[in-house]
Amino acid sequence: MAGATSMHLGADHAARFEGRAATSETPLVKWTILALALGFFTLFLLLPLVAVFVEALRKGWETYLTALTDPDAWSAIQLTLLAAAIAVPLNLVFGIAAAWAIAKFEFRGKQILITLIDLPFSVSPVIAGLVFVLVFGAQGWFGSWLSTHDIRVIFAVPGIVLATVFVTFPFVARELIPLMQAQGKDEEEAAVVLGARGWQVFWHVTLPNIKWGLMYGVILTNARAMGEFGAVSVVSGHIRGQTNTLPLHVEILYNEYLFSAAFAVASLLALLALVTLVIKNWVEHQAARAYRETRESAS
Amino acid sequence: MPYFTPGAAACPDCLEKTKSTRKAFRVLPGFNLTLGYTLGYLSLLILIPLSAVFLKTFEMSWEQFIGVVSAPQVVATYRLSFGASLLAAAINTVFGLLLAWALVRYSFPGKKLVDALVDLPFALPTAVAGIALTALYAGNGWLGQYLEPLGIKVAFTPLGVLVALVFIGLPFVVRTVQPILEDLDTELEEAASSLGARRWQIFRYVILPILLPALLTGFALAFARAVGEYGSVIFIAGNLPFVSEITPLMIITKLEQYDYRGATAIASVMLLFSFALLLLINSLQALTARRTGRDR
Repeated sequence: MAGATSMHLGADHAARFEGRAATSETPLVKWTILALALGFFTLFLLLPLVAVFVEALRKGWETYLTALTDPDAWSAIQLTLLAAAIAVPLNLVFGIAAAWAIAKFEFRGKQILITLIDLPFSVSPVIAGLVFVLVFGAQGWFGSWLSTHDIRVIFAVPGIVLATVFVTFPFVARELIPLMQAQGKDEEEAAVVLGARGWQVFWHVTLPNIKWGLMYGVILTNARAMGEFGAVSVVSGHIRGQTNTLPLHVEILYNEYLFSAAFAVASLLALLALVTLVIKNWVEHQAARAYRETRESAS
Repeated sequence: MPYFTPGAAACPDCLEKTKSTRKAFRVLPGFNLTLGYTLGYLSLLILIPLSAVFLKTFEMSWEQFIGVVSAPQVVATYRLSFGASLLAAAINTVFGLLLAWALVRYSFPGKKLVDALVDLPFALPTAVAGIALTALYAGNGWLGQYLEPLGIKVAFTPLGVLVALVFIGLPFVVRTVQPILEDLDTELEEAASSLGARRWQIFRYVILPILLPALLTGFALAFARAVGEYGSVIFIAGNLPFVSEITPLMIITKLEQYDYRGATAIASVMLLFSFALLLLINSLQALTARRTGRDR
């Protein structure tokens, strides 16, 4: 299901098609397609993005900075960073382990395993939150045990972390599995035959080959972890200053009609999204260059 | 398989032999460790929690279950969620193809920026998208103020739900079709053209059949994402019962009323639907791979 989120190493192809009669349209058709495509792009992507920043600064810089330096906003930032700081490494380690097992070995049920790893992508975020309420909530499987031991998971930080891990679960694995499958295992086997230990093989042979894919997966995981709303909203309980992440803080401010403050906090998240896209493009660029170089040195 | 093994065709038995020896002596270390860890982590965080939905649903009697999932207000949410998601995915298929076509085949100023920003809905938190779209389409909003006098109300109506679902599904079709378009050989079109085909005929009979599996995959991905979407929709929808309430919101509403069984019953209906869609998408992707000779 990650087909649309995987690394894209395309270069500019327009030159191949333009200027050939057989592969180009008449100017009228071409300009109609361009106008429709770019009009759609502007209406549905560009305008909402611009709106976030314009609305954030509508009441001036002072309101903007007040909204961001508010103690509740500050604690939301900290919780968002904490959730991402736990979810990203956990899913990174899982992604590497899963890709190693799936790409380097043959075993029965491999295809089913790949499908199961994809599962969180197709589950509604609301359900991702609900499952942890059913397991750890007051009426859940471990509810009474947790309450007698005075441990809070739901409506507390652990629940938020669990929900974040759930929704970001497949990103790294989905990036690495096809990449490592395409690279095969010849290099690793050669290293083992030459006497390298398992850890050395991974560190010196596999990791340099997968580093760009790995980074790509981590960036996507991080963006989703910091921006998740639905799943976290179910398990958070919306306790200000305690269980509010940044996206939830945006919702609270918005529902209290503090629009400028809501957009100010939202602009932080929009900036994060833009930084994510910039890094993602840079990684794709590096990966494409590395790919070309290995191809040239091979030929 | 990415690598061509020269001996395989000449000696089919050899391939069998190497396969079986590989099973017996694994050169690379770490199989048990990584597979065990993968299965354990997957079960603990995904499979066991998800099974809670079905186990909780089984606590209900069949009549109770049917009573919850076919209540008129709930059925109205299915109609909106599935209807708007289908329509949004269809809109994204048409405009996604146009956008992918423009990005691959034409040069225009700002192309790199457009290409990069197509992924914005993946990166932008859904709550941010939700309030931004509401700011645009509310009655006094940037676009709403011009649409309202024309009698078009977007925010707080089903149309608003559609707009939000178009936004979040936008990258899927573009990103599944784009690589296939890039891999397309110009020779095919030149051959068709030299045989006398018109441009439209070339598109209809040469290009479209190649793109079709990718288009369907993109459609299904956008649809699957839209059905479960919550954050970007609730702000612009207004959430009026029977009018602009989506199914995921229904689950939240039940949870807030401490009706865990009701929430779980609706969730199990959605989950079953998602699983069916996931299977469909997997087979579509396999079809795309076979048709175009790409690994994925």
